[in-house]
Amino acid sequence: MSNVTSEPADDTSATRIDPGESLPPLGTVGLLRWLWRQLTSMRTALILLFLLALASIPGTILPQRGINPIKVNQWLSDNPTVGPILDRLGFFDVFGSPWFSAVYLLLFISLIGCVIPRVRVHWRAMTAPPPSAPRNLLRMQYPTQLATHSSADEVLNAATSSLRGWRIRREGDSWISAERGYLRETGNLVFHLALIVVLVGIAIGGLFGWKGNVIVREGSGFSDQLTQYDAWGGGRLVNPDSLPPFSFTLSKFTVDFERAVAQRGAPRVFQADVSYRVSPTSASQVARIEVNEPLQIDGVKVFLVGHGYAPHVIVRDRTGTVVFDDTVVFLPQDGNFTSTGVIKVPDATPSLGFNGIFLPTAAIDQVRGPHSLFPAPDDPALFLGAFTGDLGMDTGTPQSVYRLDTKNMTRIGLEPLRVGQEWTLPKGAGTVAFVGIDRWASFQIAYDPGKELALIAVGLAILGLVLSLLIRRRRIWVKVLPTDGAGSLVQVAGLAKADPGRLPDEVARVIRAISPETTQNDPVPSKENS
Amino acid sequence: MTSVQLAQASNGAIYAAMITLAIAMVAFAVSFAVGRRRPVAMATAVSVSVDEPAAGTTAVLTRPADEPVTQDPGRRSANVGMSLTWLAFILLLIGVVLRGVWAGRVPWGNMYEFSITAALAVLAVFLGMSTRRDLRWLGLFVVIAVELTLGLAVTVLYTEAAQLVPALKSYWLIIHVSAAIICSGAFTIAAATAALSILRIRAERKAVDGQVTGWLARVPSGEKLELMTQRIIAFTFPLWTFAVVAGAIWAENAWGRYWGWDPKETWAFITWVVFAAYLHARSTQGWRGTRASLIVIAGWLAFMINYFGVNFLASSLHSYAGVS
Repeated sequence: MSNVTSEPADDTSATRIDPGESLPPLGTVGLLRWLWRQLTSMRTALILLFLLALASIPGTILPQRGINPIKVNQWLSDNPTVGPILDRLGFFDVFGSPWFSAVYLLLFISLIGCVIPRVRVHWRAMTAPPPSAPRNLLRMQYPTQLATHSSADEVLNAATSSLRGWRIRREGDSWISAERGYLRETGNLVFHLALIVVLVGIAIGGLFGWKGNVIVREGSGFSDQLTQYDAWGGGRLVNPDSLPPFSFTLSKFTVDFERAVAQRGAPRVFQADVSYRVSPTSASQVARIEVNEPLQIDGVKVFLVGHGYAPHVIVRDRTGTVVFDDTVVFLPQDGNFTSTGVIKVPDATPSLGFNGIFLPTAAIDQVRGPHSLFPAPDDPALFLGAFTGDLGMDTGTPQSVYRLDTKNMTRIGLEPLRVGQEWTLPKGAGTVAFVGIDRWASFQIAYDPGKELALIAVGLAILGLVLSLLIRRRRIWVKVLPTDGAGSLVQVAGLAKADPGRLPDEVARVIRAISPETTQNDPVPSKENS
Repeated sequence: MTSVQLAQASNGAIYAAMITLAIAMVAFAVSFAVGRRRPVAMATAVSVSVDEPAAGTTAVLTRPADEPVTQDPGRRSANVGMSLTWLAFILLLIGVVLRGVWAGRVPWGNMYEFSITAALAVLAVFLGMSTRRDLRWLGLFVVIAVELTLGLAVTVLYTEAAQLVPALKSYWLIIHVSAAIICSGAFTIAAATAALSILRIRAERKAVDGQVTGWLARVPSGEKLELMTQRIIAFTFPLWTFAVVAGAIWAENAWGRYWGWDPKETWAFITWVVFAAYLHARSTQGWRGTRASLIVIAGWLAFMINYFGVNFLASSLHSYAGVS
């Protein structure tokens, strides 16, 4: 971002030229060059950075599809006028919207257009000797003039040896020019180039990576196939039919909650004990997955992200035949695990369906209805609403397992059940028994081949940043002026941009090296009062 | 000590720190109000003909001849303020450490703990910097910020010590959060120096004969304040980058993705972008001065929105306030 464009012409200037009259037309190439120069200017980069910050803000105020699609739908139905307009403009998927992408892509183009030429310039500066000493050193920063008894050669030798670590150019017995702090620009360039590599890493993850979510009940298994996932999303270049062939079974899920008054109900322990196979033919291994300790199989990571209850229910039809005997996943609705779920029994005639509320620690009141007081199963209860009729499962349209379509069904009763209780359904429809409680755990399974590259690049970026912000490029000159008598008249000065850092110290050290015997110096007041 | 005694000791130390800070605040305020209203900045007492304090040790550079030798009441009052700030720092350190002992872990598991540790970090950054240069003029602003933070902590954010939720049980808690806490201290001080530089530069522009009067005469020149702000940001920006990256590594380990545009992550990103803009502004014509200082204040606001706004308003994976 070095190509800071020239300042606009001074309006008061008498020689101001009307561009429409005197300048030749720019032409397409000229216009493109002008646009390129504008885009790669520091000012544009600055504006794009502001735009990037501003464009991110709506993503934290409005619900986002990528994080919580249910909330987005809620927002849309609450705001029927503004909602669809914002939706069309991409406000519910800010970070994938064309305008957000436009800002960061422009920023990266600007960055590339600015950094690449600077690499060339910096390479040249590092390989060339430092520029020659200016004519009048006393116009530079921290200038000093002093007389010594030493010869010009001794003075310059002493200065050279005191400037260890500096790149030094010497011109005979007349001057030396020293420069250091090249790592500042090196760091700056490394930082910006590393950002491009970070973006590449993110892109690789986006194209070749995938992630899916699955709920697994205790005692049940999962194998890595698309059909087994509750939700799955992958990059454009992923073949969803050839996922790594691992599988695992959730043997036991352990959870514990805070019982003290402070933060009562907050989770304290989550542990999923699993046994897994890398491929169907390989040996079974055991592992424990915890919140900050994912299981890594074949480059894929399995994370524990949530949990809940799965009541075990047995349904018998009017003849006493068991038509349903399984655990059912109930989804938690609040922090105390008031959970809702649905039981569908298509094998009963007519079909049976149940809407259920599971309460680990049951309570009921007028305002909130049945609800849970604590997330652990201290006093569990299952409230079931029973329906008979057509479940609508034969129509061919896929149904959610968490939703009962009661359009063609009749409600026959409502009953709270404790563990071990059995409810004889009205109208002789059969019986329902609540026999026990299992748990389920939800896992996020993710594969991101770009993350290592992004991490290495980000490490380089931080290193470059530290170098570019803490190192200062500066110059020191020592000049020996011709004198009539013995000894030398020496001028010393330095130059630093913006922040002088330790330069005054370093200039002083050079002076001490040249003239250790002089205590009385002749400091010339600095022109720079900053 | 029993748990109750630990709790009482921790809270007692924090209240004592707050009282000490309140007195320090008065002392610093008095230092601005009394004494000579001459345009001699306190900072010139140690600064030399070049702005670098370190340069004062060299033989070639002389101290200004008109260095005030006698102590004016303002300076004495500021010295009292500094001593009280050191005392408050020690008391707060005791309070924070006892809190950690009480909870049996690092003392930043919820917003109350984060706030008291952040307050400690602000004081640490300020006092650390003050050992290398005269920062008595900054004391009032730092002490006010710390007192407000602690006040908010003990009234609104207070929670009993408890174990961590499993999501926070990771060594990344120590790395990621401690980096963020140091950044909060440094960003706050940078925002204070940036705000002062804006006021001071305006006063310098208005000053009739180039001599600033009033309380702003007691703060360093606008140019020095801007340089100081830049140095603090130059130190903090890489650390903030590291804090964000450490958070991303932790997120990858805990949630299966290193970046998900969660509100906390997004505001961390906004903060990062705003301070990146500041660093670019410092080397752009027409943006160097007051505009750049305004960007620092904007960046600090983004940081504060992230801390308070996201914990209380947004539904975020990072909602660990522990405040009910």
